Amino acid sequence: MIEIENLSKSFTLHNQGGAVIAVLRDAHLRVLPGECVALTGQSGSGKSTLMRMIWGNYLADAGMIRVAGVDITAAPPREIIRLRRETLGYVSQFLRVVPRVPTVQVVAEPLLALGIAPDEAQSRAEAMLARLNIPRRLWGLSPTTFSGGEQQRVNIARGFVHPFPVLLLDEPTASLDARNRAVVLELIAEARARGAAIVGIFHDEEARAAICDREIDVTGFTPARAA
Amino acid sequence: MSPLLRVESLGKSYGARLGCAEVSFDLWPGEVLGIVGESGSGKSTLLGCLAGHLAADSGRILYRGRDTRAMSEPERRMLARTEWAFVHQNPRDGLRMGVSAGGNVGERLMAVGARNYGQIRAAATDWLGRVEIAATRIDDRPRQFSGGMQQRLQIARNLVTGPRLVFMDEPTGGLDVSVQARLLDLLRGLVRDMGLSVVIVTHDLAVARLLADRLMVMKDGHVIEQGLTDQVLDDPQAAYTQLLVSSVLQV
Amino acid sequence: MTARATRKARPERPAMSEDYNFAYLDEDTKRMIRRALLKGIAIPGYQVPFASREMPMPYGWGTGGVQVTAACLVPEDRLKVIDQGADDTTNAVSIRRFFERTAGVATTTRTREATLIQTRHRIPEEPLREGQILVYQVPIPEPLRFLEPRESETRRMHALEDYGLMHVKLYEDIARHGEIATSYAYPVRVAGRHVMDPSPIPKFDNPKLSGNAAIQLFGAGREQRIYAVPPWTQVVSLDFEDHPFTPSKADAACDLCGAAGSYLDEVITDDAGSRMFVCSDTDYCTTRQAEGHRGRLNREEVA
Repeated sequence: MIEIENLSKSFTLHNQGGAVIAVLRDAHLRVLPGECVALTGQSGSGKSTLMRMIWGNYLADAGMIRVAGVDITAAPPREIIRLRRETLGYVSQFLRVVPRVPTVQVVAEPLLALGIAPDEAQSRAEAMLARLNIPRRLWGLSPTTFSGGEQQRVNIARGFVHPFPVLLLDEPTASLDARNRAVVLELIAEARARGAAIVGIFHDEEARAAICDREIDVTGFTPARAA
Repeated sequence: MSPLLRVESLGKSYGARLGCAEVSFDLWPGEVLGIVGESGSGKSTLLGCLAGHLAADSGRILYRGRDTRAMSEPERRMLARTEWAFVHQNPRDGLRMGVSAGGNVGERLMAVGARNYGQIRAAATDWLGRVEIAATRIDDRPRQFSGGMQQRLQIARNLVTGPRLVFMDEPTGGLDVSVQARLLDLLRGLVRDMGLSVVIVTHDLAVARLLADRLMVMKDGHVIEQGLTDQVLDDPQAAYTQLLVSSVLQV
Repeated sequence: MTARATRKARPERPAMSEDYNFAYLDEDTKRMIRRALLKGIAIPGYQVPFASREMPMPYGWGTGGVQVTAACLVPEDRLKVIDQGADDTTNAVSIRRFFERTAGVATTTRTREATLIQTRHRIPEEPLREGQILVYQVPIPEPLRFLEPRESETRRMHALEDYGLMHVKLYEDIARHGEIATSYAYPVRVAGRHVMDPSPIPKFDNPKLSGNAAIQLFGAGREQRIYAVPPWTQVVSLDFEDHPFTPSKADAACDLCGAAGSYLDEVITDDAGSRMFVCSDTDYCTTRQAEGHRGRLNREEVA
């Protein structure tokens, strides 16, 4: 489901004297349906960069990223938008929503975007919120006022409410208590079982061990720093 | 499927001063294109040319395959009141302040031949509801409305004929932040439910991030960068875009 | 009533003044106005700009109508001038005198005898015939003016048949009053094309605009516009399917001649609020009375 070949990435900081920071070189990765792969490596080694490149958020300098048959590095924006709507889910560490929109709407939105009827979208969103132990009294409120752990779970609910065939998970269990962490691991396991290809960043080693088939150390893709 | 709007090498000058130049892009059904840039970057000129308010000097604007620059004025006007809509930054520019809310919403229907008062009024009532204005306000004039309500009324007035393509010029500018949020949410819902294609000009990158699928960054009349909204904002390539993004607090 | 009686009996009319060109305006000006009139006839309902002249009367007293009349008059014409249907009001009298002095044409108060009728705010009750010309005095020729103040924009709206706004005005009427409350200057569409202000005639008169045998000419002096409805042209009053146009009048008969189908003026007759209804068209009313018709307050005279 995910194929990455010869992928390179650097950032050029035009406003800081044109400094070029190379982040990835010749990255390779292949994730099959039903497989969960953890990206590892120390902070700054490029885990998040690689994940964001699969999401289409960062541009590639060279190489290829194929997700469900679409080459992210070459696809026009609307192809990527379609892929994100139908195929590719992403749970980031940050919740970014229109202020004042009720939580249940935030979670239902990916379903509405797929053209699912509002009633069904709402009930599926509610079921997911309930499963993630978001108190019912919060469903009608905007998540912008929630605690970090609650926001994180809203984000997860959004990412799992539609059975995306490909999932990108950035620290999905960080800042969660044991009970909710167990729920999230369960959700990931279910996604794997239904055949989703999953790439994740987990600092939580126990979780990683419990859920992942393989680990890829991105340090191997880190270019030697130019002297 | 083909693009709803295809723009090829569009250019417009004001005498010696450049408005915009060499602008090309495709807009597909259901897509929201944001145009960002500072004042004077040419984004409003571009929007004006696209909507037919300004005459471009060069290039082509193909709407559903037909060059709008080659259309007659009556044809363009017919498009403007049926398949297109234009939401102005200042509701006063887009509303008739001396006409009731119902009359404002009904005008486009009447302009395309609606001649049944009861049906026009029912449609106006329905649309006021969709933009969260109480039906009891239908006979009030926009003057009696708050800024946010006026803007929502302008949106209702524009969308009542079910357009395909909506041009928006800073639709949330001049509104309080909390009012902006409500309007953004409303717009997102309408865009999704009606499958609208939108060209939105804004200098507010946060608005662009929340509404636009794609972004075009303009400077000195030229498009200097375009791509997926979050890609342009999170991994800007051009020096100017990097400066623009880094100048804003937390988008 | 006495004024009406004496009007016809006036002993002589003043001789035509030799100090003016025929019908006051110089020939070049008349030619310019005739060109505008021909263009107006060619494009029914379209407002033709013309170089309106200063006339020896104030704006609002019919300077547009007077110029159109002056451009149409020939020495053989017989002129009738009415104001709100009456031949004996100040405005009508002074315009009639004006043409008596400057053109020396014959005048009449009889609708059927007139070849040219200048009118303010009415169409005569008696059907007009081919060969007659009806000249309207128009204060504001632009029907879209109160909704769209920009002339450049209203002209474009006419050019593009962009008339949604006109119905917005009627919509607002219904929304506010429960019905179309516009009772005069009621907008019409001429020959299926241009929307036109018929001048401030009561909407009761609107049906007479359509299919009329006479040439109908409209002159707005201050606004410098001329427009026209050629004979036998279809003129439709704008409305909604569920709020159709209805010509209306006071629900009464004329207290002098008993006419039930003519447009009536309401006249307060004493301080106690007593009132009577009389035909606004004085010629129609006197003609009927001469034929022996009598109304509620006129019966004793028969006896």
